[in-house]
Amino acid sequence: MSPGPIPSSRVGWPSVARAQLRRDLALVWARRGDALQPLLFALMTASLFPLALGAEPGKLAPLAAGVLWVCVLLSGLLGLDALFRSDTEDGGLEQMLLSPAPLALLVGMRVLVHWLTTALPLLLVAPLLASMLQLPMSLLPMLMASLALGTPLLSLIGAVVAALTVGVKRSGILLPLLALPLYVPVLVFGAGSVAAAAEGYDALGALLLLAGALVLALVLAPLAAAAALRIAHT
Amino acid sequence: MDSAPAALLVARGLTYHRNQDPIFGPLDLHVDGGEAVLVRGGNGAGKTTLLKVLAGLLEATGGEARLLGAPVDTDHLARHCAYLGHRLGHKTELGCLDNLRYAATLQGRPASVAALEAALAAVGLAGYEDTPAGRMSAGQNKRLALARLSLHPGQLWLMDEPYANLDLDGIALVDRMVGAHTASGGAAFITTHGAYAAPPGRVRVIELHGNRA
Repeated sequence: MSPGPIPSSRVGWPSVARAQLRRDLALVWARRGDALQPLLFALMTASLFPLALGAEPGKLAPLAAGVLWVCVLLSGLLGLDALFRSDTEDGGLEQMLLSPAPLALLVGMRVLVHWLTTALPLLLVAPLLASMLQLPMSLLPMLMASLALGTPLLSLIGAVVAALTVGVKRSGILLPLLALPLYVPVLVFGAGSVAAAAEGYDALGALLLLAGALVLALVLAPLAAAAALRIAHT
Repeated sequence: MDSAPAALLVARGLTYHRNQDPIFGPLDLHVDGGEAVLVRGGNGAGKTTLLKVLAGLLEATGGEARLLGAPVDTDHLARHCAYLGHRLGHKTELGCLDNLRYAATLQGRPASVAALEAALAAVGLAGYEDTPAGRMSAGQNKRLALARLSLHPGQLWLMDEPYANLDLDGIALVDRMVGAHTASGGAAFITTHGAYAAPPGRVRVIELHGNRA
């Protein structure tokens, strides 16, 4: 035994993760005006399409899934820049780095909160938007499944890019510019799965690819984002 | 006790260069439990940098630092030390109690609401439990950070300008806290540019002058 009490962490990682989750949700609630922006943006954008294209049934239906997917994707970019910015500016990141809990776990919780507060509300109103865009009811399950698998993927990829650009004081267009190319495959497979189902093809393959990518991102993205934050810090 | 107590913190030839410019060092340190180390020096003497290197937040250019026998660098951060930086890490929207509760769990020792309130009261923030950190003064925020420090399970406190922004009562509070911490076997590293730092107990002074220690 080494002399002197070596302070061991008296707390398991799950309780640190819970504390991070609780704190980040409280922060979103405190900034709820900002948190509503992505939802409002998607609602506004999606509602412009029937106005621009006319409400004839045959016109909107083939575009509906693609339009919805693009709206969801773009609205997710809105809050992305703020994901880690305040932590790097107010010293919170230093405390996270020095915590006995791994940074990747804390980052993972932050991404979870981002998804819960930006993507989940959109998932809930997606059926409404789909009917506004005259998506055939038979395709709704496929759309919901693709969004449920695709939006966490977008949040995770976005977090890595946000962590990479956090060192840039005003990243402005840089973040979307870096994130969009990475979002393209998700969009292709997400919107593509609905399009394939509409044509009568089997869309399960696209969904499985999304699911596989999601599992991969769930493991790798928090690690990559944590590494990027570490680099940004020094 | 089976042998002489191992040093809490040992540094050998610790140096830090930024773009070839020496910031401090080479520096040899040997800090035992029960000691308070005052790091003195003017603005830009490298006090903050030294603390960050000791915490593992910055990579030393040369030499090595060991905390409780374990190496400290950017891969092995000094997770068992409490770090009080210039930037305190408080969320301006959240109340004192919420900030403190999160920080306590994050640094490895969750505390009950009663313990959190007691820690706030001990630094003179009783009654501010629900006040958002953004509505408090810089000195009050520093006091909140001191409450966090008092809940940290670690033996080593790295305090960067803990006296800044504090009133006379607050300065006495820091001295009192450091005294109690060292009396219980902990050690504190305190940077300061002023002469008002006078924690009780064993105090060592290190002067940093630009690139010479």
